[in-house]
Amino acid sequence: MTTTTTSAPAATSAPPAPRKRRSYGDLKVAMIFLAPATLGFVMFYIWPTLRGAYLSFTEYSLLSPPQFNGLDNYERMVQDSFFWNALVVTLEYVVINIGLQTILAIGIAMLMYRLTKSITVRAVVLLPYLVANVVVALVWYWMLDFQVGIVNQFLGWIGIDPIAFFGESIWGIPTIAGINVWRHMGYTALLVFAGLQMIPTYVYEAAKVDGAGELRTFWRITLPLLRPVLAMVLVVTMIGSFQIFDTVAVTTQGGPVNSTRVIYYYIYERAFTRFDFGYASAMAMVLFAILAVVALLQMRLLRAKDSDLG
Amino acid sequence: MTRTLNPGRVVAWICLIALMLLTLIPFYWMLRTALSDNTQLAGHPDSLLPVETTLGAFKRVLGLATTEEAMAQGGSGASVNFWLYLRNSLIVSTVITVCQVFFSAMAAYAFARLRWPGRDKVFALFLAALMVPPIFTTLPNFVLIKNLGLLNSFAGIILPSAFMTPFAIFFLRQFFLGISRELEEAAMIDGAGHRRRFFGLIIPMSAAPIATLGVLTYITAWNDYFWPLLVGQQDNVRVLTVALGIFKSQTPQGSPDWAGLMAATLIAALPMILLFLLFAKRITNSIGFSGIK
Repeated sequence: MTTTTTSAPAATSAPPAPRKRRSYGDLKVAMIFLAPATLGFVMFYIWPTLRGAYLSFTEYSLLSPPQFNGLDNYERMVQDSFFWNALVVTLEYVVINIGLQTILAIGIAMLMYRLTKSITVRAVVLLPYLVANVVVALVWYWMLDFQVGIVNQFLGWIGIDPIAFFGESIWGIPTIAGINVWRHMGYTALLVFAGLQMIPTYVYEAAKVDGAGELRTFWRITLPLLRPVLAMVLVVTMIGSFQIFDTVAVTTQGGPVNSTRVIYYYIYERAFTRFDFGYASAMAMVLFAILAVVALLQMRLLRAKDSDLG
Repeated sequence: MTRTLNPGRVVAWICLIALMLLTLIPFYWMLRTALSDNTQLAGHPDSLLPVETTLGAFKRVLGLATTEEAMAQGGSGASVNFWLYLRNSLIVSTVITVCQVFFSAMAAYAFARLRWPGRDKVFALFLAALMVPPIFTTLPNFVLIKNLGLLNSFAGIILPSAFMTPFAIFFLRQFFLGISRELEEAAMIDGAGHRRRFFGLIIPMSAAPIATLGVLTYITAWNDYFWPLLVGQQDNVRVLTVALGIFKSQTPQGSPDWAGLMAATLIAALPMILLFLLFAKRITNSIGFSGIK
């Protein structure tokens, strides 16, 4: 975009060229520079997207070629109580995960914004995000162990009975959601922090002159002005949240009694332990649609595109 | 300074410090457990220091202890070799990072510095791929890699991420757009072709963002679990994340080898923590900008 603004001097190669050639511009060179990326894009993005859509209308076990079976997979899905359970469990996870994480992230961002510009503080807060999901899951699996985990020891000191964080249906999803809040809250806080810095200081000065207190300033000024950034953050984190897999895969593996079998994990099981690729593709297709709707709705509801900064 | 005496600020500082502790304590607990003797661990679950400090757990998971030594310290006795998985993770992450960043830079050059019909439409199409959830493309990609006979090979793990990601192209294009046209024209007058302008001008001038992207790509590749789990199960290509999952599932139910497990997670986490310490400022500052990661 910026490239078009300069008035091209006579020395550039493109303008003096004959009319017909100019209309193609640098096409030849561009094709060379784009070749590897395009190869990867077509092979591992475009083609699988089309193929995935097709597979969702087939019966396919990897052993024989896919057999077209119309809407069978989708009809099966409606009847499949595991599928509905997976959706409900995933939704429960997303609500707890995103709710907690967003509140904590805004809190951390506000604290950093008001207290310190220190890069060390920001780096510490970001640290868990740089460690693999699998590592985080295992560390917490150990810390939350029923018998010898430090968290239950701590609960014992303050007089609370040990909790089977991974062993009881009711605790499964909140535990996994909490673990991922721990991993992601700092990263999300930094996104919010970047948004806070875009709010011009004069609005705070004006609020101060008007005698608005700390809380009032937060609810009436900071939060509304932060809305476009928050909307983007929510869309991105929520789409990520729906795709929870790693933590479940290394800790509960869907149990106890299906209470943590999230949709991603169910699709994985169907595809790779029962080789039901057609059905798994159909579920992935539905997840795709859900994510698209969620993103669109959020952008609409939170009016992400327009700012209140007049 | 009167500001620091304000009680509100004191409470706020306490909150922030508590949150930082909450962030750091699990890392300490990992280290504390990894340095403990596993047979003694259950007896002192609330000891804040390592129990019977020993490097046994590290030796055990790196395959440096004999089976008897490992069993004596509460290991399962199964042979584990995290040296090998460390090597595999290094190979996979390095190749992915070098290829992905280089090819994405080439594409970003075409989108930012070259003029050709349909450029913006093609760019929009590349970006649209960000909308597709990974699992949707993962299933057919698995079929493709299987049909190519690349299951349980480095090529199979690496290929899908080697050419580009929409994010990498988007990220670099932003920086390439900002480079002044005059410089490029000066190079052109000197007779530099596109190749020389790309390697001699655009790349050196974007060294900082390219390094940031490289580090981010490396961390992402290193931490990936789902794809290597599907295509790289065998020992010779198994990466650290997959190995950790297997190690955990193989640990005996009654007396898990917690010390060994934590030593192994530390081996998987430490390189990324070190990388982060080296580039902390750059990575931290890039978070706001690259928001859509």
